[in-house]
Amino acid sequence: MVAAPRTQPIANPLFEYLLRLGDDRLVLGHRLSEWCGHGPILEEDIALSNMALDLVGHSASLLKLAGEVEAKGRDEDALAYFREGVEYRNALLVELPKGDFGFTIVRQFLFDAYSVLLWDALSHAQHETLAAIAAKCLKEDKYHLRHSSEWVVRLGDGTDESHARVQTSLNELWRYTAELFDHDSVDEAVAASFGVVVDHDAIRSRWSAMVADVVQRATLTLPTDTAARRGGRRGRHTEFLGHMLAEMQIVARSHPGATW
Amino acid sequence: MSATVLQAASDKWPLWEVFTQGAHGEPFEHAGSVHASDAELALQNARDVYARRGEAVNLWVVPSTAITASAPSDAGPFFDPGNDKAYRHPQFYMAPRGVRIF
Repeated sequence: MVAAPRTQPIANPLFEYLLRLGDDRLVLGHRLSEWCGHGPILEEDIALSNMALDLVGHSASLLKLAGEVEAKGRDEDALAYFREGVEYRNALLVELPKGDFGFTIVRQFLFDAYSVLLWDALSHAQHETLAAIAAKCLKEDKYHLRHSSEWVVRLGDGTDESHARVQTSLNELWRYTAELFDHDSVDEAVAASFGVVVDHDAIRSRWSAMVADVVQRATLTLPTDTAARRGGRRGRHTEFLGHMLAEMQIVARSHPGATW
Repeated sequence: MSATVLQAASDKWPLWEVFTQGAHGEPFEHAGSVHASDAELALQNARDVYARRGEAVNLWVVPSTAITASAPSDAGPFFDPGNDKAYRHPQFYMAPRGVRIF
């Protein structure tokens, strides 16, 4: 899917592209970390926190590289803690509040399936550092996908209540998935200049097949809603991101340069 | 998470014993236990709790109910080594001259 053309050219498309990758994982990792100490059972609490740590780790690698590409002296911490919401480039899907466990799991599944396909493509990128990061992330995200997809099946094919809850979550989240596959001038530029080529239409078609398979196994119904909400890639976020960033950034901003 | 919620979940979900293998060819060793609704999730929970830092190359999960254990009261009859029966130990027997003893 092609988003509406930008009004201003992007000065540093690779930097912009890395922010998109890094911010998706930083924001989703933070949302997952909100489960720490609140999981439905101790084992799942640990699983969610582990995945949160993995995602924040992925974002640290990506934002570090983004800082190097930008070459203005910002490291991954500066990019994570000292940017405003409008400077964040994550898709809207990942910033929505964590909701109940079913909502978190469905969102995670929709993202994991996309992320595994994306890393698979990026691990063949000509940009060596990005390809290496992609290969590492792919390995960990495959496990995330296994965990989240198995949970979708169990909740969907579980009790009447769990089925109803995850179906509602799937319906609510559906309109936020299209943005993941948007292809714009930034994608064109990194493909042309850095050999970072991602066929979003092909990824979307494989993603749709994976999602349909799990949804069917979970006895859920695939939403037919074609409405789409987007804007995160250009810094237009929901009202939820600012609150999340306030919590995530307050320590670093209150004590700049602190170490422990 | 409240204690009641945890209690409720652990009442409903079966307990699984986890065994980890540190390297190929080594024996599986008991690492601990996890709660899970079924075997696949038990395997995933075991991975997250006991094998996330390179401790294992393989995992087994076994329903705890599948294990038959000896009772503390069995300790005497089962495990008393019979030290008073010296002939049960190889050291009881004299080795012929010329045979190397390790």
